[in-house]
Amino acid sequence: MSGSPSRASRLTLRAIALGYLAALLAIPVAMVFYRTFEGGIGPALDAVTTPAAQHAFWLTCLMVAIAVPLNTIFGVGLALGLVRGRWRGKTLVSALVDLPFAVSPVVVGLALILVYGNSGWIGTWFAENGVRVIFSTPGMVLATIFVSLPFVVREVVPVLREIGVDQEEAASTLGASPAQTFWRVTLPAIRWGVAYGVILTTARALGEFGAVAVVSGKIEGQTETMTLFVEQRFQAFDLTGAYAASVVLALLALAVIGTMTLLDRRKEM
Amino acid sequence: MSAPAETIALAHRAGRGRRRLATPAVGGALATAYLSLIVLVPLAAVVAESTTGGPSAFWRAVTGDQAFAAMRFTVIVSVVVVVVNIVTGTLIAWVLVRDEFPGKRLVNALIDLPFALPTIVAGLVLLALYGPKGPAPFDIGFTRIAVALALLFVTLPFVVRSVQPVLMELDREMEEAATSLGARPRTVFARIVLPNLVPAIAAGAGLAFARALGEFGSVVLISGNIPFKTEVASVFLFGQIESDNTAGAAAVSVVLLVLSFVLLLFVSWVSTRGLRRER
Repeated sequence: MSGSPSRASRLTLRAIALGYLAALLAIPVAMVFYRTFEGGIGPALDAVTTPAAQHAFWLTCLMVAIAVPLNTIFGVGLALGLVRGRWRGKTLVSALVDLPFAVSPVVVGLALILVYGNSGWIGTWFAENGVRVIFSTPGMVLATIFVSLPFVVREVVPVLREIGVDQEEAASTLGASPAQTFWRVTLPAIRWGVAYGVILTTARALGEFGAVAVVSGKIEGQTETMTLFVEQRFQAFDLTGAYAASVVLALLALAVIGTMTLLDRRKEM
Repeated sequence: MSAPAETIALAHRAGRGRRRLATPAVGGALATAYLSLIVLVPLAAVVAESTTGGPSAFWRAVTGDQAFAAMRFTVIVSVVVVVVNIVTGTLIAWVLVRDEFPGKRLVNALIDLPFALPTIVAGLVLLALYGPKGPAPFDIGFTRIAVALALLFVTLPFVVRSVQPVLMELDREMEEAATSLGARPRTVFARIVLPNLVPAIAAGAGLAFARALGEFGSVVLISGNIPFKTEVASVFLFGQIESDNTAGAAAVSVVLLVLSFVLLLFVSWVSTRGLRRER
């Protein structure tokens, strides 16, 4: 084509881009897969089926099972409020909702300790009632919710703007209740946006390390998620364990990317 | 104001659909309460904690030798990483949009890997290849280069994903006109393509910068966390929290919070400007 660079420079640019991606992403990730299965599948399987590894896996699943539904309900609710509602403080809330993306995970952990720790603002009340939040599962759930909170809002807001209110108004003019309008008209129209948000929330919830590390106290077999397990195995010089658990997490990440690609195609249609 | 918002305003003024609009307002209130309980109140607690010892204690915490060294290194390495991202991110976006080659879809999907892969795994993965026991001809484990590499890994998608859609939408007629008037490809890129990409590049760069400033998981294994050398701000904070110096940690956190908040404001300013220009 006339407006494009010559074939030679096109090939050079392609080589640089792909070389950079290979050196930074593809080869290092492949390396961990190779290292994991270098001694056969047996040792790798043993490493991820120890009681500590299994506990870590299920704890991570628990984090996802609590954080993702809560953030989805919150996200769809807030997106509706931001796009369709008129209330005081809307602009401010819309700016503040992205805050978790800008905060270091370690700061998230510190913030939660200051409020929910034993001598924290609300934590003292919990402590008096015998509920342990920090260095226990509830604190880790809070940290996971915090870091994965904005994804659904972010994905749903532009979709809601795009679909407009015509169909919703038609439905309510025809006598549909707000609940009927939401379930029959709004939700089907935003479903791919919600799905994309849910996938991103899940990925972040599965993979959070810093914030959970600060509030977990890292008690092996008790407050250790998959990511914390990876670090703990590495620090204990058990590279097989660290690599094998990493491979499990990497496979989950690849599944996330696969789903995102499928959803992209759906959205285009 | 966007068209749907105007429609809502009109509908509201006309008194129609008021019942329907009450629901979003209640949703908004509940969502605000949720956001406050989990995000806003805890962040306010960090700000409050940082002031417990008065301004002088805050100043001492922030300018302490180790704290200052960690923050300075974090800012410098983040700037380097963002500059590299601006070049490589734009290049990768260009190749993904304008070039055709087998496996392009796969490469495009792989760009999101750093977002999906847990950060601790990202660090481990780089260490496995470029670390002391890795097969690479050099060992960068526990050096400043290692920190930069980890940050490059986790921030890779920002500029690419910000530039890519703009490049796709770009009208090619201007480029073709310039070429037919005798402009060379390099001139066409510098004078026509690049100016159109600047807002998107700036937005992606701002997000990458904010991410790099606060990054923890990918850096913690590969950097070795050597104070005054490879220790970044978030790793320093982690140590302070573990040794119960919450006031000092809170002070450094406030500096990080302000920096990343300014960056977010910059990004939203750049993107609204970009939108306005489109119209």
